[in-house]
Amino acid sequence: MSANARPLSPHIQIYRWQIQMMTSILHRATGIALAAGTLVLLCSLLALAAGPERWADVAAFGRSGLGTFLLLGWTWSLAYHWLNGLRHLLQDLGWGYRIEQFVRNGWLVVAGSLILTILVWVCVFAQRGGA
Amino acid sequence: MAEFTLPKNSKLIPGKHFPAPAGAKNVRTFRIYRWSPDSGDNPRVDTYDIDLGSCGPMVLDALLKIKNEVDATLTFRRSCREGICGSCAMNIDGTNTLACTKAIGDCPSGDVKIFPLPHMPVVKDLVPDLTHFYAQHASIKPWIRTQTPPPPDRERLQSKEDRAKLDGLYECILCACCSTACPSYWWNSDRYLGPAILLQAYRWIVDSRDEDTGARLDELEDPFKLYRCHTIMNCTRTCPKGLNPAKAIAEIKKLIVERAS
Repeated sequence: MSANARPLSPHIQIYRWQIQMMTSILHRATGIALAAGTLVLLCSLLALAAGPERWADVAAFGRSGLGTFLLLGWTWSLAYHWLNGLRHLLQDLGWGYRIEQFVRNGWLVVAGSLILTILVWVCVFAQRGGA
Repeated sequence: MAEFTLPKNSKLIPGKHFPAPAGAKNVRTFRIYRWSPDSGDNPRVDTYDIDLGSCGPMVLDALLKIKNEVDATLTFRRSCREGICGSCAMNIDGTNTLACTKAIGDCPSGDVKIFPLPHMPVVKDLVPDLTHFYAQHASIKPWIRTQTPPPPDRERLQSKEDRAKLDGLYECILCACCSTACPSYWWNSDRYLGPAILLQAYRWIVDSRDEDTGARLDELEDPFKLYRCHTIMNCTRTCPKGLNPAKAIAEIKKLIVERAS
């Protein structure tokens, strides 16, 4: 039987989801989300330049359920990508390679990104309530 | 390019069940990946109920018990049974390790799942084809490379401090646990050298007796060979010898930056 017929052993299907693999894949995913979010930002800037009616449309979408969900996701993506990016910067300097360090720092980045997101959105909802 | 699903011929199908003998008191279930080149079937996962009362403490003991007493067709590599040969590297309970140094009692409750090293061509059952891995090791020329003639009356000597730089590197047994735990190696093993080979490369780069450091760094300075490492750290987390391939790779990257400035 030729070697071509050899199956490929299972990989991501069976590997245990540990914090270091999760933070790495989330870094990619949030990077993609941020790129898409930049397009949304560009569209809203174009609407702003086009005048108050267009901007009102964008603002209404931002306040809708879907709009709020997307903006919230984008805020978290930015917070996570930024904090984990800082972690990568420190790793490139040679810091944080012991198992207990990168496990702890990974969870810190996840927690920190959630805290930042909540802080931002407490302000957003406070403003919306006041408007 | 990242392929998240298995090819058609690699998808798992339901396997056989081998119940424990009557009267067994302390039964643990092992779910083990099986594939034979002779059958023409897809890989399957067989279930073995093993009486731990008559089994040694390590996962390798359970595998040997299955092969000796339950199912002689089960195929796996093993040799030293003390964590120095690297033959019994496999994926146990979701992470890569050596079956001989992994205690059954250290696997969380539930079934003990055993697969071959991830994302490798399977020769049979738990035996992966490591040809490419070894070829990558040979590609870094893992031997001392010198320019000067050796001293006429003695060996090339090394200070205690320089010798200490090899600690945490020379212990690598090339079991391939780290490389096959690395998602980047899963997607790019055709060109990315992977953590095990890069740790070996660094072992020669920091050796004070080696005189080819510049050429070694030149050979590694490549978008794929070295820089597919994205510091995911699965390598360090899984190394059964407690070594730190991710740190070794970081040191190589730093050396390349330092010599450029």
